[in-house]
Amino acid sequence: MITFMNNSDSEDEPCNERTSLMSAESPPVPSYQDGLQASETREAQTHRKRQTGSSRSPNNVADEDTSDLDVRVRESALENEEEELTLKYGAKHVIMLFVPVTLCMIVVVATIKSVRFYTEKNGQLIYTPFSEDTPSVGQRLLNSVLNTIIMISVIVVMTVFLVVLYKYRCYKFIHGWLILSSFMLLFLFTYIYLGEVLKTYNVAMDYPTVILIIWNFGAVGMICIHWKGPLQLQQAYLIMISALMALVFIKYLPEWSAWVILGAISIYDLIAVLCPKGPLRMLVETAQERNEPIFPALIYSSAMIWTVGMAKPDTAAKGQSQQTWDADGRENHSSSSHSDSQILDTRSPAPSHPITLEEMEEEERGVKLGLGDFIFYSVLVGKAAATPSGDWNTTLACFVAILIGLCLTLLLLAVFKKALPALPISITFGLIFYFSTDNLVRPFMDTLASHQLYI
Amino acid sequence: MGAAVFFGCAGIAFGPALALVLLTVAAEPLRVIILVAGAFFWLVSLLLASLVWFISVHLSDQGNARLQYGLLIFGAAVSVLLQEAFRFAYFKLLKKADEGLATISEDGRSPISLRQMAYVSGLSFGIISGVFSVINILADSIGPGVVGIHGDSPYYFITSAFLTMAVVLLHTFWGVIFFDACEKRHYWCLGLVVVSHLVTSGLTFLNPWYVASLVPIYIITFCMGIWAFFTAGGSFHNILKCLSCKQEDDSRVMMYSALQVPFED
Repeated sequence: MITFMNNSDSEDEPCNERTSLMSAESPPVPSYQDGLQASETREAQTHRKRQTGSSRSPNNVADEDTSDLDVRVRESALENEEEELTLKYGAKHVIMLFVPVTLCMIVVVATIKSVRFYTEKNGQLIYTPFSEDTPSVGQRLLNSVLNTIIMISVIVVMTVFLVVLYKYRCYKFIHGWLILSSFMLLFLFTYIYLGEVLKTYNVAMDYPTVILIIWNFGAVGMICIHWKGPLQLQQAYLIMISALMALVFIKYLPEWSAWVILGAISIYDLIAVLCPKGPLRMLVETAQERNEPIFPALIYSSAMIWTVGMAKPDTAAKGQSQQTWDADGRENHSSSSHSDSQILDTRSPAPSHPITLEEMEEEERGVKLGLGDFIFYSVLVGKAAATPSGDWNTTLACFVAILIGLCLTLLLLAVFKKALPALPISITFGLIFYFSTDNLVRPFMDTLASHQLYI
Repeated sequence: MGAAVFFGCAGIAFGPALALVLLTVAAEPLRVIILVAGAFFWLVSLLLASLVWFISVHLSDQGNARLQYGLLIFGAAVSVLLQEAFRFAYFKLLKKADEGLATISEDGRSPISLRQMAYVSGLSFGIISGVFSVINILADSIGPGVVGIHGDSPYYFITSAFLTMAVVLLHTFWGVIFFDACEKRHYWCLGLVVVSHLVTSGLTFLNPWYVASLVPIYIITFCMGIWAFFTAGGSFHNILKCLSCKQEDDSRVMMYSALQVPFED
């Protein structure tokens, strides 16, 4: 159980290799890129993402330098176009986050609706020791508040511990911890999940097959997440582990405690990121001082990879439409020249006309969202799907609410250009919509449907 | 009952909507955002209407079936009016956003026109309205059961699916007409849209007498479709041009490539 919490707590990894996968991880330069930098940092702002630096490798440093220079080149070229580019990217980047968040929620909702295991109550975590099986409402409420206090304190302690580790540069310790936690997620929880799905559909599977499947899934996952791998595979793995984690929370958190915890976590997120002495803010600032990529770890990054190098006229002219990138492309460029006259070439879903410099700049950054945000969004929607009434309207209302919250958060990010917490707006909307849809809209729509009335 | 009914009804109800989304909305990020935001606005309107209905039900005598039915009609009417009010609010928001986008963009023109926004917002209202009306019914249609075993109509699922399709299309058309009317300040158009929405909702009160409800609703849908087509700038000439599949000669293409800066090696 302790490792359990570790899993949830330390979803980040010092993925130095990951920095080599995505140029979006270049060090935050307080400039034009701030808005997007902020998006990088912001997302990791959940208590889960206490990230800490990666163990630096020389390879990485070269990448950093290159990307540093890129950033400066872009910076000077584009300061005056800051405003419009922020918005232009805004829409595209919002969609780049909508898609993974939606996929994660779909996986969680599909599992909740079909696999009984995750809605059965089989005990609780040690972090929520008070039971909710009490006769009176007041006692139940008190127990859930106490559970929340314990859970949030554990999270705060973990966050502070991670920040302290990061400050004192104990990168190896953090690295090891994260590898252990993702190992458990990828192997143990996947095994349990597979077992439950097979049980639900009454499919028999022999142990050798299970071992083969789990081994392959887990090993490729570890490699993709902690080392190198195709971007989309990595994204898929991150979505899957977030979904698994969310399912575990949905199963083991008692009903009322879950809702109070969701509320408390958003408040904590807000405080931790925005207050001057908040742990996450300190983490961000420390990383900025050290000029390290802030959260090169378990953060979902939707970045498109850039290739930095000499201009390639034919590729630029024809436009590239390939969508998959892998680390090899990036590594080729780490040895590219550092001259200021680098022309940035990008591989992106290309327009049919030759890519101008401005467009290349536009495609450069992806957006990052911390996995804790994925997890808590999915917990909210999953809990909405797990309501005993089996109502789909509640689930859909919460889904829309979360997406709108995410959209607003990104809009605020474009306006304020600093680290912002991703949880509060979405979770607030989600909670409002959950309770109002479940209690007000559901009876209304059910009554209308029983008379086959349409509004 | 079973998978056949589920897939069939889902296809009927959401086929056009899905096709429209995949072909026109999915590729453009801005349109997707407008779609989701429109759904949000509709949901808020529904929430408020449900609140009104809920309060009215709890303040009244719950045993009186006729009163409850009357309150339901009242709730439905309030909901329709609130939906249109929120459609207006969304129009205002999109208008502001359009101006914002225009100022921010390179060439002073917004990347999306108000008409496109009208279409997408109408579609979003339609989709979320249709989904909320029919998704629980579809979920039940998978499971075991017999339709109308207590004497209700056995055509419940299929008629619900057709009604949903009509609602989706209607909202799309209303969106186009509404925004255009607001833009040009043709208040009679606005009134007509609201009245037709009320009439459509009212016609569903005639269910299960499906001939009286489905047929007029489809007639209204068709009329609204034609009206929206002409409002959006369509004409007979356009249809002919589209059907004849003629390629337009675009001399601008030549100019563009002439201006292209050659890439250096």
